[in-house]
Amino acid sequence: MSTTESTLRPVPQVIAHEVLRPRQTKRWLDWVTTTDHKKIGIMYLVLTFVFFILGGVEALLMRLQLSVPNNTLITSEHYNMLLTLHGTTMIFLFVVPVMAGFGNYFLPLMIGARDMAFPRLNALSFWLLLLGGIVFYLTLFFHPPDAGWWSYPPLSEALYSPSGGQDAWIFLIHITGISSLVGAINFYATVVNMRAPGMSWGRLPLFVWTILVYAILLIIALPVVAAAVTMLLTDRHFGTHFFDPTAHGSPILWEHLFWFFGHPEVYIMILPGFGIISEVIPVFSRKPIFGYKAIAASTAVIAFLATLVWAHHMFASPVPVVVLGFFMLSSFLIGVPTGVKIFNWIATLWRGSIVMTTSLYFAVGFIAIFVIGGITGIFLAVFPVDWQLNDTYFVVAHFHYVLMGGAVFTVFAGIYYWFPKITGRMLNERVGKLSFWLMFIGFNATFFVQHALGLSGMPRRVYTYQPGLGWSTYNLISTIGSFILGVGVLVTIANAARSFKHGKVAGPDPWKGNTLEWYTSSPPPANNFDVIPRVRSVEPMRDIRRQIERETGVTQKTGGSERFVRV
Amino acid sequence: MRPDVNDAKPRRLPRQRPRRPQSPRARRLISLLGTPLTLSRPAARARLALVLGSALIASLVLAPDALANFIFPKSGGSPNANAISSLYRITLYIALVVFLIVEGALVYSVYKFRAKKGAAAAQIHGNTRLEIGWTIAAAAVLIVLTVVTFIKLPSIINPPNSDAGGLVLSASVTEPTPPNGQKLTVCVTGRQFIWRYTYGTDCLNHAFTSRLPYSYQEMVVPEHTTVVLAIQSTDVVHSWWVPSLGGKVDAVPGYTTYTWFKVPHTGLFHGQCAQLCGTNHAAMTALVDVVAPDQYRTWLGRQQQAIQASNSIVGPLRTILTASGNLGDT
Repeated sequence: MSTTESTLRPVPQVIAHEVLRPRQTKRWLDWVTTTDHKKIGIMYLVLTFVFFILGGVEALLMRLQLSVPNNTLITSEHYNMLLTLHGTTMIFLFVVPVMAGFGNYFLPLMIGARDMAFPRLNALSFWLLLLGGIVFYLTLFFHPPDAGWWSYPPLSEALYSPSGGQDAWIFLIHITGISSLVGAINFYATVVNMRAPGMSWGRLPLFVWTILVYAILLIIALPVVAAAVTMLLTDRHFGTHFFDPTAHGSPILWEHLFWFFGHPEVYIMILPGFGIISEVIPVFSRKPIFGYKAIAASTAVIAFLATLVWAHHMFASPVPVVVLGFFMLSSFLIGVPTGVKIFNWIATLWRGSIVMTTSLYFAVGFIAIFVIGGITGIFLAVFPVDWQLNDTYFVVAHFHYVLMGGAVFTVFAGIYYWFPKITGRMLNERVGKLSFWLMFIGFNATFFVQHALGLSGMPRRVYTYQPGLGWSTYNLISTIGSFILGVGVLVTIANAARSFKHGKVAGPDPWKGNTLEWYTSSPPPANNFDVIPRVRSVEPMRDIRRQIERETGVTQKTGGSERFVRV
Repeated sequence: MRPDVNDAKPRRLPRQRPRRPQSPRARRLISLLGTPLTLSRPAARARLALVLGSALIASLVLAPDALANFIFPKSGGSPNANAISSLYRITLYIALVVFLIVEGALVYSVYKFRAKKGAAAAQIHGNTRLEIGWTIAAAAVLIVLTVVTFIKLPSIINPPNSDAGGLVLSASVTEPTPPNGQKLTVCVTGRQFIWRYTYGTDCLNHAFTSRLPYSYQEMVVPEHTTVVLAIQSTDVVHSWWVPSLGGKVDAVPGYTTYTWFKVPHTGLFHGQCAQLCGTNHAAMTALVDVVAPDQYRTWLGRQQQAIQASNSIVGPLRTILTASGNLGDT
C-alpha cells in the first residue's frame, strides 16, 4: 500500500478508477466476504440503524405505557424487559457501533489511506457485532433480561434473575466488547501508520482525532466491563460470590467496575459526534475551524478525565463524603474542555458565511441541545443536589439531552453530510429540514418536561404511577413528543431510501469539503485514491481547490453551495 | 424563502426586498419575533431589551410560587431538603446565565452570519487569548459552585438538635448524631417490594431480642424531632427516597447507610424506591406520617401491643402446626 506523491489534477473530476473486478459474481456473497472498509462501514451503518429502530420502538412502547397513570397496556415484567432492551440496544448496538460505522467508512478516506490497517479484523468486528445483536435479540423468544442496562447485582444474580436473558446480556457485552476492541485497535493502528504524506498530527482531521481517542478509551474501558460481566457470569453459574453480600461479596464492587467502564462509555459515544460536528461546521461556515489545537487537545483532556469521574453515578451509594467531593470536582473539571469545544464551534460560526444545509441544521441543533445536557450535568455533579435528582426522570432527561439530542443529532448531521459520498446521491434537503424540525421539536417536547417530572419526584424505571401526583400532564406531553420525534426519524429514513435511487447526483465534492474524502469520486472506488496528495494543512481539499484556481484561473464549481459564497 | 442547495435547477438569489413602511405596532411585533432587520435602530433595540428584560425578571419573581414543583426539587419537609433546594437554586441561576449567553451567541451567529451574496467568511484560525479566557471563565464558574456546595454541605449531612417541642430523647453515639446526641433512630429495611421500619435505638443490633415495634410501608414519627434513619436491604439494592425529606440513600445489602430528617410540622409525605429492584419496583412506595410527639407515643404503644397480641396467637398456633406436622421441616 504505497502512497504516491501526486501532481495535482483538476479536482474533483478526478481521480480514481476501479482497479479490481468484484471478487464474487454473486452480490450478496461479495458483501458477506468483503474486507473493504467502505462496504463494512455501510453494513455497520445499516445494521446499527436497524437496532436504532428496534430501540426506538421499545422506547415508544414505554412512552405509551406511561402516557396515562395506572395504565395497563404493558405489565411491569414486560416494562422492565423493555427498559433493559432499550438501554442496552441504544448503547451497545447503536451509538457505539454507529460511530464505528462512520469511522470505518471515513477514517481511511480522510487520512488518505486505501483501507484500514487490518481489513480482515475489520470484517471480524462487524460480524461480531451482528452476532452479539442476534444473541441478545433471540432472548425475545425466551425471556429477555430485565435488570436494567447496568444490571446491578444482587438483582442480576441467579437468585433474583434466574432466566437465561441475563446471561444473554452478559454475552452481548462480551461479544460486542470484542467487536469494539478489535475495531479500536484497528482504528489506532490505521491512524498511527497510514496517514497521507504530510499529514502530521497537527493536520489530522478533527473527526479522526476523535475516532483515535474513541479507540483509546475503548481499549481502556472495555476490559474492565468484560471482567465485571465475567465475574457476574461465574457468580451466576459457577459458585463464586464476587457480588453476593451473603458471602461477603460486595454489590458496590460491581458498581465501581461497571461505572469505571460506564462513564468512559458515555464519552466513547459522544466524542466521535463531536468530531462530526467539528467537520460539518467549518465546511458550512466557509471558515477554518476556530481553535483546531484547542478542540483536539480538549478531546484528549476529556478522554483523560473520563476515566476519573465514574463514581458520580454512585452518589447515593455507601461512599465516603471525601470520595463524593473528589468525583464532584472531577465531574466539574470535565465540563471545562467540553465547554471549550462548544465555544470553539460557536466561534467557528461567528463571522462565517453560513450555508444552511440540513447537515448544519442538525449540527446547530446538536449544540443547542447539548448545551442543555451539559448544564444539567453540572446540576448532577453537585452531589447533594444529585441526592435529590439521581435515579429520577431528571437524569433520564439529562442523558437523553446528551446522547439522543447529542450523539444522535451528530449522527444525523453526519448522515446528511456524508450520504452523497457513500451513495453518490444527495439526500433531499427540503425533506431533511422537515425531518430536523420534527426531531428537534419532538425531542424537546419529550425530554424537556422530564426535568420537571424528576423534580416533582418521579423515579425512573417505574412502569406506572398514581394520578394526583402532578406527573400525568408531563408524561402525556412527553409521550406525544416522543411520537413526533419518531416520525422525524422515519422521515429521514424514507428520505434515505428514496434518495438512494432517485436523489440528485452528487459529484465528488458537493459541499466544498475540507478533507480528503472529497478528493475521490462518490462513491469512492475500491482503492479509494489513485494518487494521494501531499497534505499541507488541516484542510487539504481547500488547498487543492486554491491551487487549481491559481493555475487555471477558474473557480471550481462543485455541487450547489458556491452559489452563495466565494471561498 | 431561502434557496436550497439541493435544488435541481438554479434559482434566483434572494433580492433585498424594498423596505415597506410598517406601523409601529407591527414593527414592535416583528422586533419581538427577533427579526434582526428591524432592530437596527438603537431605540427599537432598547425597547426590545426592556421588554425581554422585564419579562425575564417577572418570570423569575413569579416562578417560585407558580411553578415550585416544576423547576425546583421538593422541599419544605426537612432542613436538609431545604438546603439541597437552595443549593439547587443557586446552581440554577448560574446555569440560566450560562445558558442564555451560550444559546444566545449560537442563535445570534446563525441568524447574523448566514451566507449572503457578496459576503465572505472571515478566515480566522483561532485566538489563544480567547481560548485561555473562556477556559478560565468556565473554571471560575465551577469554582464558585464548588465553594457554595461545600458551604452548604454541613447543613445537609449533619443533623441538628431536636426542637423544644419534640420528643424527649436519650443520647446515643453509634450513628451520625446531632450535637447534643439526642435523636430518634428508625431502622429502614428494604426488601422486594416493601419498606419495613423498626423503631428504637437498638434497632440495628437487637431488633428481635428487644422486641422493638415495627411497621411496614408507613412510617410514623414525631414532629420537631431529629430522626436518624439507618438503612439496610435484605435482598437487592433499593433506594430510600422521600423527596420532601431530603435526598435519596441507597439501601445496599451488606451495608448500612444513614440519613436523617427533622420535620417542623405534622403531615404526610410520599416517597418511593428509586432504584430498580425487580418486578414490583413501581409499587414499593413509602409514606412518612409526621404526628405530634404524644400521638407518636400512643401509636408506638398500640403498635407494640398489636404485635405482641399477634405473636401470642402465633406462638400456640406454631406449636399446634408443628405437632401435627403441618409446618414442614421447621
